[in-house]
Amino acid sequence: MMEWVDTLIQGVLLGGLYALFAIGLSITYGVMRVVNIAHGDFMVLAAYLALWPVTHLQMHPFLAIVPVVVLMFCLGYTVQRLMLNRTMGPNFLAPMLLTFGLSVILRNGLQQVYHADSRSLQIGDLAIDSLHIGSSLAIGAFPLIVFVTSLTLTAATSLLFSQTRIGIALRATSDDPETAGLMGIRASHTYAIALGLAFALVTVGGVFAGIRTTFSPESGPATLLYAFEAVVIGGMGSLWGTFAGSIILGVAQGVGANFGAGFGVLAGHLVFLAVLFFRPTGLLARTQ
Amino acid sequence: MMGEGLRYTVSRNTSVSTAAVWLGVAAAVVALSVPWWANAGFMRWAVEVMCYLVLAQMWNLMAGYGGLMSVGVQAFVGVGGYSVFVFAQHLGLHPFLAIPLGGLMAAIAAAITSTVVFRMRGGYFAIGTWVLAEVFRIAFSNVSTLGGGSGQSLTVMTHIDRGVREKGIYLIATATLIVASLAINLLLRSRFGLGLTAVRDSEAAAEAQGVDVKALKFIVYVLSSFGAGLVGAIYFTSILRISPPAAFDANWAVAAIFIVVIGGIGAVEGPIVGAFVFFALRWFLADYGSWYWLAMGGLAVVIIMFAPSGIWGFVKARFDLQLLPLQRKLIVRSAKQSIGAAVAALGSEASKGV
Repeated sequence: MMEWVDTLIQGVLLGGLYALFAIGLSITYGVMRVVNIAHGDFMVLAAYLALWPVTHLQMHPFLAIVPVVVLMFCLGYTVQRLMLNRTMGPNFLAPMLLTFGLSVILRNGLQQVYHADSRSLQIGDLAIDSLHIGSSLAIGAFPLIVFVTSLTLTAATSLLFSQTRIGIALRATSDDPETAGLMGIRASHTYAIALGLAFALVTVGGVFAGIRTTFSPESGPATLLYAFEAVVIGGMGSLWGTFAGSIILGVAQGVGANFGAGFGVLAGHLVFLAVLFFRPTGLLARTQ
Repeated sequence: MMGEGLRYTVSRNTSVSTAAVWLGVAAAVVALSVPWWANAGFMRWAVEVMCYLVLAQMWNLMAGYGGLMSVGVQAFVGVGGYSVFVFAQHLGLHPFLAIPLGGLMAAIAAAITSTVVFRMRGGYFAIGTWVLAEVFRIAFSNVSTLGGGSGQSLTVMTHIDRGVREKGIYLIATATLIVASLAINLLLRSRFGLGLTAVRDSEAAAEAQGVDVKALKFIVYVLSSFGAGLVGAIYFTSILRISPPAAFDANWAVAAIFIVVIGGIGAVEGPIVGAFVFFALRWFLADYGSWYWLAMGGLAVVIIMFAPSGIWGFVKARFDLQLLPLQRKLIVRSAKQSIGAAVAALGSEASKGV
C-alpha cells in the first residue's frame, strides 16, 4: 500500500517537471496553432547554455537559470520574428516544417559542439536531501522545489494571460489575428512574445531536467513527446489543463515503471492514446 | 458543339511532358537492365536510393496532397520490415513473397491505428503519429521471439544464391519504384486525384464542392502506409538485419520530409529532384558526419522560408514546365479569339452537358 502511495507521489512530482516542458508548448499552440517540433531541442539547448556558467563561473544552477531565461526569451522572440513569421498563414504545414528543420539542425549542431555524451548539472547535497513523512515515506527536496516552481509558474502564466495587457493581446491574436490587427495589436510582435515566453518557461524545465537526470543532444524528441502528450491529455486552450495533463502523464509513467524498466514511457504513451480515443478534446478543454 | 470560328483542344500533354514521359520510360528500361552490367555495390546503393525515393513519394502524397503531415512514417516502415522477418524467418515463406505482405501488414496497421490518430488534426496529427511510431518501437523491443531490443538477422536468405538474392532484391525495388510512380500518376489523373488536388488547394472549398475529405484522407493514409511498408520490407531484406531502433528510426521521416520539402511539396516531380539533392549532398559530405544533416536542415529551412514550393516549384514557375501530364491545358487554335473567350465558350458548353 505504502509502495503505491510512494509511486503516486513520485509520479505527481515528475508531472510537475513535465508541466514545465508542456506549458510553453501549450502557449505556442494556443496562440499560433503551430506545434513547435523543435520545442524539446530548444530545451536541450537551454540546458547546455546553463552548463557554461555552471562549469566555468561555478555558478549555482538555480542562479544560472536567470541569465539563460533572458537569453532564451530573446532567442525565441528572434526565431519567431525573423523565421517563423515568414511562414505564418492559414496553412499550418510551412511553420511546422520549419520547426522540424530547426529541430534537426539543433540536434546535430549540439552533437557537433558537445558530442553525444550525457551531461548533468550538479546542486550538491540538495539533490539527495529529503523530507520524511512517517516512517516509510520520503519526498525529495529537489523534486518538491521543481513541483512548487512549476505550480507557481503555471499560476503566474495564467495570470499573465487573464490580467495583463500583453496577455489580452496574446488571446486576441489567438482568436483572430486580423481583427486584433485592426485594434492595433501586431500579430508579428505578439507571436514573437509567445515563443519567447515558451522558450523562457522551457528553460526552467531544461535546467531542472539537467539537475534531475542527464541530458544529451538526443534528449529533445522525448521531451517534445512528453510535453505534447501532457497538452493533449489536458485539453487545448487551458494552462491548468496542461498542468493536470502533466501530472496524469507523470503518474502514468511512474506506475508503468513499476512493471519494468521500459514500461514507464510506454504507459505514458498508452494513457495518451486512450485519452485521445475516449475524449479527443482532452480532459479540461476550453475551446474545441 | 463548338463556338463560332473557335477551334480548341484540351490536352494534358505538352511537348516537354511528352519528352519527359519517354525519358521516364527510357530510365525504367535502363534501371531494369542494371543487374546485367553493374556490380553488387552499385545495386545495393541503388536499392537504398529507390527506397528513399518511394518513401518520399508516399510522404508527398500524404502531406503534399492529403494535408496529413505525418512525422511517424517510420511506424509503417518498421511494420513492413518486421513482417518480412515474421513471414520469412519464422513462418518459412520465401522472403521475396514476404515483401508484398510487408506492405499489406503496414496498410492494415495504418487502417486500425487511424481510428486513434485521425482524432487529431493538423499539427496535433504530426506529433501524434510520432507517438504511435514510438509505441510500435517499444512494443517490438519487447517481443523476445523477434530478438527484442537488439533485433535479428534474416538468416533464411543464406539458402538463396548470393547473385540471385542481390539481383532479386534490386529488381523488386526497381519494380516497386516503377509501379509506385505509375500508380501515383494514374491516381492523380483519376477522379480521386482531382478530389485530392482540390483538398491540397483548399480543404474547405473541396468539402463545399462535395469531396468526401475524410474518406479521401483515410485512403491516402492507408495507401501511403502500404508504400512505406513495402519500403521497409525491401530495405531490411536487402540489409539482412532488423532491430527496433533502425526499423522505427525517426530519421526515416526526417529523410522523407527533407527530400519532399527541398524538391517541392505537392508536386510529383518534387521528390525526384529532392532525392537527387539528398544523395548528392550525402556523397559530398560523407566524411563529415552530422554536418550532412546540418546541411540538409539548413537547406530545408532556407527553402521553406524563401521558396516554399521547393526547387521544382521554383524551376516550374520560372520556366512554365510541366514534366508529368497531370494538368489539363487549353490549346486555342483560332488566332482571332482570346483565351478568355475560349474559356467562356468551354464553360457554356460544359453547362449544356456536352
